[in-house]
Amino acid sequence: MAPVSVYEVDRAEDEAVPPFSTGKPRRRFHFRWWRFLILLIVGAYILIPLYAGIKFSLQNDTGGFSDLAYKSLPSAPGFTAALTLSLKLAIATAVVSTLLMVPTSVYVHLHMPRFRRVMDVVTVLPIVIPPIVLILGVEGEYPLWARASPYLLSFMYVILAMPFVYRSLDAGLSAIDLKTLTEASRSLGGNWLKTMWNVILPNIRPALLSATVLTLALVFGEYTMASLDLWVTIPVWIVQAGQTSDGHIQVAASMMGLIGTWILLILVVSLDRSQSRRSRRRAS
Amino acid sequence: MTQIKENPVSESSAVGASVSLENLVRTYGKVRALDGLTLSIEPGEFMALLGPSGCGKTTALRVLAGFETLDSGRVVVDGIELSDVAARKRDMGMVFQSYSLFPNMSALNNVAFGLRMRKQSGSVRRAKAAELLDMVGLGDQQAKYPHQMSGGQQQRVALARALAIEPRVLLLDEPLSALDAMVRAELRDQIRSLQQRLAITTVFVTHDQEEVLSMADRVCVMSKGHIEQVASPAELYSRPKTAFVAQFVGISSRYPVEASGQQVGLFGQTCPVRSGEGYSLSGPVDALLRPEDVTLEVDPEGQGFVTRKSFLGAMTRLVVQVGEIPVRVDVRSDRANDIDLGTRVRLSIVARDVLIAARRPVADDPAN
Repeated sequence: MAPVSVYEVDRAEDEAVPPFSTGKPRRRFHFRWWRFLILLIVGAYILIPLYAGIKFSLQNDTGGFSDLAYKSLPSAPGFTAALTLSLKLAIATAVVSTLLMVPTSVYVHLHMPRFRRVMDVVTVLPIVIPPIVLILGVEGEYPLWARASPYLLSFMYVILAMPFVYRSLDAGLSAIDLKTLTEASRSLGGNWLKTMWNVILPNIRPALLSATVLTLALVFGEYTMASLDLWVTIPVWIVQAGQTSDGHIQVAASMMGLIGTWILLILVVSLDRSQSRRSRRRAS
Repeated sequence: MTQIKENPVSESSAVGASVSLENLVRTYGKVRALDGLTLSIEPGEFMALLGPSGCGKTTALRVLAGFETLDSGRVVVDGIELSDVAARKRDMGMVFQSYSLFPNMSALNNVAFGLRMRKQSGSVRRAKAAELLDMVGLGDQQAKYPHQMSGGQQQRVALARALAIEPRVLLLDEPLSALDAMVRAELRDQIRSLQQRLAITTVFVTHDQEEVLSMADRVCVMSKGHIEQVASPAELYSRPKTAFVAQFVGISSRYPVEASGQQVGLFGQTCPVRSGEGYSLSGPVDALLRPEDVTLEVDPEGQGFVTRKSFLGAMTRLVVQVGEIPVRVDVRSDRANDIDLGTRVRLSIVARDVLIAARRPVADDPAN
């Protein structure tokens, strides 16, 4: 028999596996009633308040349905300003958070792996410490000119978002062989910035995107800090609007915020998937 | 189009760099991973660092690559000290043990990465990367991503990537250990032939003696952060200088004997002592016997009996129990078929001399 070269073996292996198959046999689906029940309960827990909110926002004074509350949102006093401020704060928070947490997480993973446990605890602190402590304690330390800018809120939102951002990045970095990839890049001439840009960031993209979405969602939903700091962001505007109107408009705004966050999430996930698909298509 | 610089084996002048590791010391807490390691590697030479886990071979390679800092000592390449030079400026291509291809890049882009870092134009990068992929037999896999390739293919791409930057030194950190036996043998031959063709100074770390004996020009056997012996594979096998080398490279049985005047008495014969670690020893010592150093004859009055048989193909390895001491003996398989377990045999030495070492308790012999 003619000897088989390693190339032929590799090729045969490639051909044996269907394109992009995970290689795992498909498991047959077995219906289990209790699984369905859990899904139903969780679904009801999320969907019933949502349904109630949407229904209320669409109801008019006569008991019928109309989209008046949604149509009047853009012209509602202060809404556009609040939305713009929330958007600016969300973007600033996402940028600062990424610039601060990505290098920190990478450094801890590469050079201080034992410190990850400490990081786990430290990054939970913003959840444990009440926002009022942060706003009164931290803000007092800033100079007056900084306190006059709404962007100071962004820095505090970075602290609030830290548990979510760090955990997302930590999971993403744990999923790749960071040390070997970094060393491979360095041995080929990559400096720290090029390694970060060309090797690390593309390979933790899903983690980075999820950290960004969580940050945006957090900023769009944060009320206490903005309110105590006297800035009218969307959540503050909703509460204020609720005190002077019948509530339809603020529920409509809440629903818009919720749906907007979902759309953002779906966009991010589909963007990531379509990019992966494009890469695979190019490869095949 | 760019051309990969080749140096046919027939050419005598090597183009690789000379490497000198001078008195390297690296400690981790109380552990001395490198304990005054000094080693010179000739231009174009294939040097293997061989030793058990924790002997410091990977640390030495990482120090050379610039991934580890030194407590003291110098790394000199082509007469230039690199001890404080960053890894990215050392011009050393490295293939890692774990698959190290960038998952977000195709095979072509992986190979072209080092050239991109060196700011070479897109067309030059692509042409050279394609040429290197051809060289490792993956010319038709350029667009594939790492997750679409087998382990062997990934390591070949990693090899092409390391060679793309025309490194002064090629560093191989157990690149074959994660591969199955057939792919490993094929890639082993490919690495060696490429290394000879391109005449790149290569440092290869492994704990697999078979790889070392078949690939390296010279082998540096390490133990506890220092060098036990540096020699060609043939010399290392046939003339080990220390008991550690004799035990680690190939398999040796330890048999207690009395040494006197550079001679020992073994199985009724008088054998000269081989120069090496135990050359000047006298009194009770251990003789280190390779399975091929000993032969046997079936003899009801013989000094030992067969306790184990391992079929190795053309040869069969028998373990003969002599008193409390197990001695391994290789015999032709057709002959071994006639020898049953429990058969009494007479042993005799066929080697022209034997290596001896300080006496060690019988319980330490792995054959027990």
